[in-house]
Amino acid sequence: MSRAALLVLADGRFPAGGHAHSGGAEQAVKAGRITGAASLEDFCRGRLHTTGLVAASLAAAAALGVDAVALDEAADARTPSPALRVAARKLGRQLMRAARATWPSAELDDLARRFPKGAHQPVVLGVAARAAGLGAVDAAHCAAYESVSGPASATVRLLSLDPFEATAVLARLAPESDRVADRAVEAARRVVDGGIDELPAGSAPLLEIGAEVHAAWAVRLFAS
Amino acid sequence: MHLDHSHDGPSAVSADAHRPDGSRRALRIGLGGPVGSGKTATVAALCRALRDELSLAVVTNDIYTREDAEFLLREAVLPPERITAVETGACPHTAIRDDISANLEAVEDLEDEVGPLDLILVESGGDNLTATFSKGLVDAQIFVIDVAGGDDIPRKGGPGVTTADLLVVNKTDLAPYVGSDLARMAADAKAQRAELPVVFQSLRSEPGVRDVADWVRAQLAAWTA
Repeated sequence: MSRAALLVLADGRFPAGGHAHSGGAEQAVKAGRITGAASLEDFCRGRLHTTGLVAASLAAAAALGVDAVALDEAADARTPSPALRVAARKLGRQLMRAARATWPSAELDDLARRFPKGAHQPVVLGVAARAAGLGAVDAAHCAAYESVSGPASATVRLLSLDPFEATAVLARLAPESDRVADRAVEAARRVVDGGIDELPAGSAPLLEIGAEVHAAWAVRLFAS
Repeated sequence: MHLDHSHDGPSAVSADAHRPDGSRRALRIGLGGPVGSGKTATVAALCRALRDELSLAVVTNDIYTREDAEFLLREAVLPPERITAVETGACPHTAIRDDISANLEAVEDLEDEVGPLDLILVESGGDNLTATFSKGLVDAQIFVIDVAGGDDIPRKGGPGVTTADLLVVNKTDLAPYVGSDLARMAADAKAQRAELPVVFQSLRSEPGVRDVADWVRAQLAAWTA
């Protein structure tokens, strides 16, 4: 396992399309639920423990070699909003392209063949982690961190929030992000023996509703 | 300049000159430049000039709306299925240079759905003078500035003005009204770009987009040679 490979995969500049998505922050800003650093932290914490945990578990399970088709179906079942499913598959397709160019592997090629229009992003993330020589723990940390880093950087652009404050939010959430990643890996290990239903199904209804509202806007900065 | 290797995998990764089925993909030309310089108008004029002789499609990169795509649809320069809008998350230059994945998807989907295509025009969202397209996304790029944006832009240079395969100085009809010195712009552009071509155009009068369309035809001839 290479620590540097983990840094490459987790880098916000990894060219996998994330910059165009706000993780629900754009809609939450418009609705007045994110107005500054404190409410950004609340928003991110909620996201981390719900969709963040689910994403981290999917990524960890994929990294352990659990069947990607079954994981993709499980991701669909845990994503009621059609707009969020579209966004997750778009990001999955973009990550697949970047990962295949970065860490060429037969498993990634096979995934691309089975999902030409993209699988859910966390599933691709787990397979990409395998291709990079990383493990389930790494994949889970990446997914958990991404679940909060995306909204934080989007909020810097949306609110002209002080970037130092936004980064401090991420630092304060780091211990919780570690715990979420640990729980995700435990769940993924249970999936290997006990089947796909061992995956957590934490949900954030407001994120799902917000995503549908956001998708209907005529004017927006972010794709989701 | 073109990466001419093929991957064994199910779909192309980036600048591969061939599609997964082995056929040669469409030539991709990027159009970038500052806000309001006439990129969309140039794309529309190119579509009208070339659509009867070529199979073409357009990808727009709007910053926060679908205005550019909708302008092209409203003008009916191409059938709607040949125009795709990419959302860029407040960073138009990122989507054409640093993280090109969404644009690559758009061009590949167009080839899958309305292909075979000869040419895809990728229009950037209006940006600043440093915005350039990645070679992983386009084969050649046009940088569009206009005389009303200040006749010192060619002198100031920057990656777009200096390195674009074609520099277009648009709205020459406005030069007398905004006090822009076209001869000076031409001399400055020559100094910045050496042998790289520059076209001065006004879409409001003849010959309109003719010189740019001829340049595109020459690029395509080289691509298919």
